[in-house]
Amino acid sequence: MTPLPLVAVAGNPNAGKSALFNALTGARQKVANYPGVTVERHSGRLTLADGRPVEVVDLPGSYSLDPSSPDEAVTRDVLLGRQKGERQPDALVVVLDASNLDNHLRFCLQLIELGLPTIVALNMVDLAKRDGLELDAKVLERELGVPVIETVAVRRRGVAELSQALDDMLSAPFCGVHEHVKSDLIHLQRRAREISAAAVVSETPVRRWTHRLDAVLLHPLFGPLILAAIMFVMFQAVFAWSETPKGWIQDGIDWLGVQAATALPAGLLRSLIVDGAIAGVGAVITFLPQILILFFFILLLEGTGYMVRAAFLMDRLMHNVGLSGRAFIPLLSSFACAVPGIMATRTIDDPKDRLTTILVAPLMTCSARLPVYTLIIAAFIPNTRLAWGVGLQGVVMFGLYMTGVCGALLAAYVLRRGVLKGGGSGFMMELPKYQWPPLTDVVIGLLTRCQIFLKRAGTIILGTTIILWALASFPQAGPGQKQSDVSIAGKIGGAIETVVRPIGFNRDISMALLPAMAAREVAVSAIATVYSIDSPDQQSGATSLQEKLQHRWSLATALAFLAWFVFAPQCISTIAVTRRETNGWKWPLFMVSYLFVLAYVFAGLTYWTAVALGL
Amino acid sequence: MNAHFQPDAIRLDRLPVGSRARVTSVDWDALDEGEANRLRQFGFDEGVTVEPLHLGPFGRDPIAIRVGRMTVAIRRKHAGAVRVTLIGK
Repeated sequence: MTPLPLVAVAGNPNAGKSALFNALTGARQKVANYPGVTVERHSGRLTLADGRPVEVVDLPGSYSLDPSSPDEAVTRDVLLGRQKGERQPDALVVVLDASNLDNHLRFCLQLIELGLPTIVALNMVDLAKRDGLELDAKVLERELGVPVIETVAVRRRGVAELSQALDDMLSAPFCGVHEHVKSDLIHLQRRAREISAAAVVSETPVRRWTHRLDAVLLHPLFGPLILAAIMFVMFQAVFAWSETPKGWIQDGIDWLGVQAATALPAGLLRSLIVDGAIAGVGAVITFLPQILILFFFILLLEGTGYMVRAAFLMDRLMHNVGLSGRAFIPLLSSFACAVPGIMATRTIDDPKDRLTTILVAPLMTCSARLPVYTLIIAAFIPNTRLAWGVGLQGVVMFGLYMTGVCGALLAAYVLRRGVLKGGGSGFMMELPKYQWPPLTDVVIGLLTRCQIFLKRAGTIILGTTIILWALASFPQAGPGQKQSDVSIAGKIGGAIETVVRPIGFNRDISMALLPAMAAREVAVSAIATVYSIDSPDQQSGATSLQEKLQHRWSLATALAFLAWFVFAPQCISTIAVTRRETNGWKWPLFMVSYLFVLAYVFAGLTYWTAVALGL
Repeated sequence: MNAHFQPDAIRLDRLPVGSRARVTSVDWDALDEGEANRLRQFGFDEGVTVEPLHLGPFGRDPIAIRVGRMTVAIRRKHAGAVRVTLIGK
């Protein structure tokens, strides 16, 4: 089968490239990774006017063909036909921001020099008009020597014309690219400015919307306050709005478990499917609503252009510990889950900045740790009211979150002065114009994230869960023996206990630490399983688990357990994503080791202090 | 760089917010290659009009600067490599 003709969409960041790509391809998109690098390949299909299908690929936004990040290197290599796993594009759509021609034309000129069949999409002409800028597309067309089509990608305007132009272009023969492009930036920049000046019909200075909004949102006092308020709403949403859909998913999983339990005969297969697959994967899928809500906010903040402003506001503070403002968003995302957080570090240009951010991201308390905190706090911390509306339990919870944040800042500080010394391209970002992202683009983004998450749950997490189930189920206990004494997991738990006994952990906790590696919230169910083994009573809900904990753990142990989970070596998914994002085992192993040491030391300090205080 | 020396040139990081100026020279050697490349890509070049718009809330760093038709944020340290002369409103 001959592959479909390939159309690449290229342009500067913030030119509206992805919106145009979405407008061309609709929701039929595929996200994959380019082989060997951690750059996402977004592709989709477009049917031309004559019914011919073509594949459209959205190249990472770039300022020139001289790459300063892995993303930009992919853009260059695809265009030159050098990218592994990608064929040379048959045509190129260059997206320009109509109100920023001076800058965007420079990359455009470089791209036209390549000699690929090229169409220019003069995008966001509506915003340019709003800013009082009138352009002549015909002049541009004459100066550039390629077709220029006016578009407003977010309103799907000009898309039909663009598709028609592609149709004409792909019907004509084409004879190879020129490898040697004049990449003298200054020369190109001056030429770009000339063309831009020629294409401007009229320019009436108007007070720009973006400027007015920035006066408030980047205000030295109101700016940080508004950012704090937005973060507060975001966290409220992630934790409060997700309760209802989480309940539905939980009900669905419970129902599925009951159905499977009644349909299957008692025995190993039933145990594998009900206790292993459904319970394990189900526990993780219940986090889908939280992750989607978080991504909804992130996509919205990114789409409107606010995200860069947040980075601007936070840059100086992050700079103090050796990070840049760009690390703010990935770290914020890590409060929901370190996996999307680590994936979001791709926007950080500097490799050392990025690696530091990846390494400290797991210290942000992810939502999977919440069930653990909730259980232990409810069991051991009295619900004393400290002040109006402020309870001791809430303060402890907040303290755990803050310990994580401080730990992350401290770890970044140490890493930047130790193993990740030097480097740092500082902070250089374009502040794009504010605009309202079309709902369809947000929905497409959410669907893509949803797909990635479910695929992960269906592969890595399912696999891990089955392995853990097998470890806990074999060899089978004979009469009079306890499964937890006999099983491999029990043996491993016993071995772990010798290591963690000094910091106050008993064998039950040791056994729970292992499955908690699959997903941290599993620790709760693992402890529940360990304690329900002796009792024939199957109805052990959370309340009775709380009571059991109160009888078997000392307060010092409970506090040490909480301290452990603040720093706990992260889950398998985090390790897997770190391996993927850093292209090797070196950094994930380093991350696991340093977090393990931190967790051990802090749990130990907590335990010994608590014992010394007679708690 | 000295060929472009101008007695009335000031450093971009010392330009007050809201004042417009023209870039007279950029000390590319004071920046590392990646930083210099980015600044060029943002359009910093002799003759271009710049205007500081906003300062970061902590330590007045970074600085949001209008360059030609776009707004970029760079750190104070990097802005220090750019020399400008004031132009009238």
